[in-house]
Amino acid sequence: MSTPNSFKTGPDERGLFGIFGGRFVAETLMPLILDLEREWGAAKPDPAFWEEFNMLAKDYVGRPSPLYLAERLTKELGGAKIYFKRDELNHTGAHKINNCLGQILLARRMGKTRIIAETGAGQHGVATATVCALFGLPCTVYMGATDVERQAPNVFRMRLLGAEIVPVTSGSGTLKDAMNEALRDWVTNVEDTFYIIGTAAGPHPYPAMVRDFQSVIGTEAKQQMLEREGRLPDSLVACIGGGSNALGLFHPFLDDTDVRIIGVEAGGLGLEGEDHAASLTGGQPGVLHGNRTYLLQDEDGQIIEGHSISAGLDYPGIGPEHSWLRDIGRVEYVYAKDDEALEAFQLCCRTEGIIPALEPSHALAHVAKIAPELPKDHIMIMNMCGRGDKDIFTVAKHLGFDMADVMGETTQ
Amino acid sequence: MTTRIDNKFAQLKAEGRAGFVSYIMSGDPDMDTSLAILKGLPAAGADIIELGMCFTDPMADGVAIQLAAQRALKGGQTLPKTLEMVQAFRKDDPDTPLILMGYYNPIYIYGVDRFLAAAKAAGVDGLIVVDLPPEEDDELCIPANEAGMNFIRLATPTTDEARLPTVLNNTSGFVYYVSITGITGAASANQKAVEDAVARLKRFTDLPIAVGFGINTTEQVRDIGSVADASVVGSAIVRQIENNLDDEGRPKPELVKAVLDFTKTLSQGVR
Repeated sequence: MSTPNSFKTGPDERGLFGIFGGRFVAETLMPLILDLEREWGAAKPDPAFWEEFNMLAKDYVGRPSPLYLAERLTKELGGAKIYFKRDELNHTGAHKINNCLGQILLARRMGKTRIIAETGAGQHGVATATVCALFGLPCTVYMGATDVERQAPNVFRMRLLGAEIVPVTSGSGTLKDAMNEALRDWVTNVEDTFYIIGTAAGPHPYPAMVRDFQSVIGTEAKQQMLEREGRLPDSLVACIGGGSNALGLFHPFLDDTDVRIIGVEAGGLGLEGEDHAASLTGGQPGVLHGNRTYLLQDEDGQIIEGHSISAGLDYPGIGPEHSWLRDIGRVEYVYAKDDEALEAFQLCCRTEGIIPALEPSHALAHVAKIAPELPKDHIMIMNMCGRGDKDIFTVAKHLGFDMADVMGETTQ
Repeated sequence: MTTRIDNKFAQLKAEGRAGFVSYIMSGDPDMDTSLAILKGLPAAGADIIELGMCFTDPMADGVAIQLAAQRALKGGQTLPKTLEMVQAFRKDDPDTPLILMGYYNPIYIYGVDRFLAAAKAAGVDGLIVVDLPPEEDDELCIPANEAGMNFIRLATPTTDEARLPTVLNNTSGFVYYVSITGITGAASANQKAVEDAVARLKRFTDLPIAVGFGINTTEQVRDIGSVADASVVGSAIVRQIENNLDDEGRPKPELVKAVLDFTKTLSQGVR
């Protein structure tokens, strides 16, 4: 494959990054997708659109998020100088809000009066419910029934924010099924409804549009690093589920070819069996949810459920731009397993006083693997894309810590 | 080139009646039962058969067909097995048009050229692939047409007149009009809206128009058949399979007969 002059020109007019992406949707949705593409094409060059986005990003979300030198962690690992891009400090606790803010401004511009979304762990659902409350729009969130049970605090958050949560029991009752159900809703309510997809996947123009909204992460990080160190970083590390936080950090650096870029997938219990969510390392190209991309699937083209300790990473696909970046070799994709992420989670709590989400704990696990071998003048940015409040129950369970029991002891 | 589908619509025109198209999911609830139903469909009044190819993520289907796909998958159904079923059907029935309907990924993984050759050899006449709009014609539609197989496109209430020529381009056999915005087996079709839509389509194409999604009863088959060239029923037939399973999900002895009797009743709407 030949190397392009720029890694930032995609997708083409058909929504393709190489062979990945596209518009694999039912005819009922096709006119809506084309309409969205037109409207996004008009909003993107409009300064008024970005003025409103930037104002809310600053005053409501709390951007720019800090670029923080993790000194104790750096010392502990004894090699590369490690910075965190702290998107976990955003309102609602993760990078998801960047995208939701952008999409709801577009929905309003298009005159849509009802918002739907899918959610896995609930972070995108909470971010969507939040912007819907902000603009007074009714919001329906599809969430796998299995996830509803696992993520009770986020379900309650969404309720508080006024969203209607629809537990999805079809299929296996997780994120991919929630996405199917959201698409079914959209096919049914074509006139008034805007579908806020939570990651840089789905039919064109979603992958490019979500990337553009999330690129605020990398654009800020680049400027902050130049101010702080007077040069670009040597490497970037981010976790990958659907891949929007990673793409947001990576995209502004893609043409800076001296910057090594690494995406970390969820290796679950390991890649030997089916209990992982590493679509790029353990899957093959296929077509699902409107785009061609790497998927976890069997030899008959049936989709396999992903597994990860982190509910935000267990999606069997990945954004199509990542698939392309992998095939052309611009970005390296690796994986971290459940137990490694759990170790990194605790390491971060202990050395930095930051409780990270289990998603970026995967990125951190890889940082912990490679940083010790790198020279001290090697500068690395890791995307701390979410905070771990939502995960304390899962982590407690894995560490054999009985929360109910502690409560019992302290009240005695 | 004339296909079985073209011949069937010519024959229906000569008889002066609309056609009845019946859908079942291949391998639902298991391959033997499904094949027995398939073989019985022509005698139960099916002029054209749509055979579903199961997929784990049927994003345009309602609950009835989702469950049918899950039953088929659980029973071990695969795309090669579906092609085997077509072959077995074709041995006894050289005339009834058979269309495979489903989603793209299993075909993509099987390999497009390999699939077209195998489907053609098995006796498949046409394809309906829900997640391949005209924008993705290079994938399967054009190779299918070149292989002499009809690629039947869905037109929907959201397909406006500016877009219709795009949708009709490369379509052959017939046009499948989706009578509602929504998924299979959900809302009921509105007769007046369907009538207007079919009239509009007829201004753009000479191909026969079949109407589906939201048709559940003999009366609806009759009403739709009075304005279109064919009525399609899927979910209502598939529900008969669901209703004739025992507590373990195995077919009750009377399942095949119940499904075919129900199909026969529906087909009376165009006779």
